[in-house]
Amino acid sequence: MSDANGTNGVNPEKDLGASNLPGQRGEGGEEIRVQRGMFGANNGGDTSGYGGLVRSVRLPGPATRPYGGWFDEVADELEGALEEQGLVPENVIDRTVVDRGEMTFHIEREYLVAVAQTLRDDPALRFELCTGVSGVHYPGDKGRELHAVYHLRSITHNRLIRLEVSAPDADPHIPSLVSVYPTNDWHERETYDFFGIVFDGHPALTRIMMPDDWQGFPQRKDYPLGGIPVEYKGAQIPAPDQRRSYS
Amino acid sequence: MSTPNPSPGHHPSSSPFGTTSSMAAARETTEGAVYTVTGGDWDEVVETAARADDERLIVNMGPQHPSTHGVLRLILEMDGETVTEARCGIGYLHTGIEKNLEYRTWTQGTTFVTRMDYLTPFFNETAYCLAVEKLLGIEDQVPDRASIIRVLLMELNRLSSHLVCIATGGMELGATTIMIYGFRDRELILDIYELITGLRMNHAYIRPGGLAQDLPPGAVDQIREFVKKMKKNLPEYDKLATGNPIFKARMQDVGYLDLAGCMALGATGPILRSAGLPHDLRKAQPYCGYETYDFDVPTADSCDSYGRFLIRLEEMRQSLRIIEQCLDRLQPGPVMVADKKIAWPAQLALGPDGLGNSLDHIKKIMGTSMEALIHHFKLVTEGFRVPPGQAYAAVESPKGELGVHVVSDGGTRPFRVHFRDPSFTNLQTMAAMCEGGQVADVIVAVASIDPVMGGVDR
Repeated sequence: MSDANGTNGVNPEKDLGASNLPGQRGEGGEEIRVQRGMFGANNGGDTSGYGGLVRSVRLPGPATRPYGGWFDEVADELEGALEEQGLVPENVIDRTVVDRGEMTFHIEREYLVAVAQTLRDDPALRFELCTGVSGVHYPGDKGRELHAVYHLRSITHNRLIRLEVSAPDADPHIPSLVSVYPTNDWHERETYDFFGIVFDGHPALTRIMMPDDWQGFPQRKDYPLGGIPVEYKGAQIPAPDQRRSYS
Repeated sequence: MSTPNPSPGHHPSSSPFGTTSSMAAARETTEGAVYTVTGGDWDEVVETAARADDERLIVNMGPQHPSTHGVLRLILEMDGETVTEARCGIGYLHTGIEKNLEYRTWTQGTTFVTRMDYLTPFFNETAYCLAVEKLLGIEDQVPDRASIIRVLLMELNRLSSHLVCIATGGMELGATTIMIYGFRDRELILDIYELITGLRMNHAYIRPGGLAQDLPPGAVDQIREFVKKMKKNLPEYDKLATGNPIFKARMQDVGYLDLAGCMALGATGPILRSAGLPHDLRKAQPYCGYETYDFDVPTADSCDSYGRFLIRLEEMRQSLRIIEQCLDRLQPGPVMVADKKIAWPAQLALGPDGLGNSLDHIKKIMGTSMEALIHHFKLVTEGFRVPPGQAYAAVESPKGELGVHVVSDGGTRPFRVHFRDPSFTNLQTMAAMCEGGQVADVIVAVASIDPVMGGVDR
């Protein structure tokens, strides 16, 4: 399949997709996974005949100027404000993605607090409300497995942007935003609880949903659904997938 | 309030059996004496603690207590009646919904999300579906009728959620009449839900692309009847509570949080509006066509529980206005996108044994069209594919900004779904509202936050 694509340079499936699907398709973007076969099943023989299909799954890639609408204004203001602080915007902002009418700044993790502080305090930006952090685990995105995603809302200018920060599995540290947005206190605890992202500088980074002595981080992709025996006051009940079935 | 001296923060003075009852059960631990208190014996606990000459008294209120909303655990450090430090313990209702979503198709997701904040099921479903529709790029294709019915159900839901908040909040003050009123009126709304979706809670009625099915016959009439009745019932809350001196004494200046505190702690909804900022996503970032409806956003400048109560009352009036506009606009038409690659293939119909797949549809796929059968099978078992990417959709739920962050990797199941539940964020303000106040005011403050643990813990 890939040879055929290489010779004529056209992937009919992807071109078809580009015309009626949003976002940027094709070779751009960030590969998060390689899909083999058609239906996701990987046990048993190739009865479908599609087993040889190899397809890379890509998230929308960086956008180029102009971004459109107020996106350019926000990007200009942010870059200007960073320069005023003696930071080089290209080092701080890894890339800017515009997709589905939403703007995402991918920030290098060491500059996250400075960027958030700027976004909150600069009168032209004024993103005063942070709606918390959401973790995402991309096991296929080597070196950037753990992502923390922040949505910032500006009530003053009626805008919403997204910040995305990544950290490798081996070094899951991201600076805490509690000093800038105190609302992130519980949100960061939740993300730590489920993804094991350590938010440096958080006042009390402890588990919030799972029991304090829980092992592992349940929302990571390598953590199975089920398979954990239920423990209550010493008694043990087998995991849901290991209980006796009556059907 | 049944006590003769209802000054703010005063708690019922002693158990109905006088002082003859025995001490609260105490046991010694390495951390000091631990008392198990069941109710009515507060005085004894405080007395014993005073005699023990220990200046720190830590009270664990909950996780199971009638006046905390669900399984919320409040950890209060007290000096006599004054709360010096307050913290929340949550997670008792964590059910792993976000993890489970990753193992089901996009359509099945609504069945999960409706169970998060169980008092606002239609908001959870709508927010989730708006996010999925954004990922699919089909926001413009959702039929008008589906959007109008979504708005209609959300506003009914706003009423039922606020009614529970006011009812349980009143009950926690000892005002049982308002509790009876609130649940009486909520029952009318649950009857409407049952008529439309078949269920009183956990509906899974709003689906990516539209709705599970159209309104049944008689629904519009029943809602009109309800609006008429509710217009008569709403002033009763005003008469009973708004000017009531006991009610005001318990609520005014209690649970104080000003605008700076709200912004820092991310509080939204009635808490933010009680600090005077008219921020409402229905006006600021309209969805489902809210920009075409005529309604007001009430605010208060008192920053306290009483202001939040008044805001909720006024929001219920505004919801009734929106519901009437929805009913006037309803035109016959489809309630699901035309795209057969997304729309659920089976039409529901009422049979002799209840609601199920329509017999016409079964006849078609089983008898006449093998392609239709394959299509049905693929879409129902495998689901539709969503192009890779991420999206954030937010709606103004009765509690504040309900945000959904969804990520797709191009498959038929969500890669990640995160709910930014307003209860979760707003509950963080509890400490700021309660510290330095009386222990009786903690209950009022928590009631004015209106947290639902199903949403907090997910």
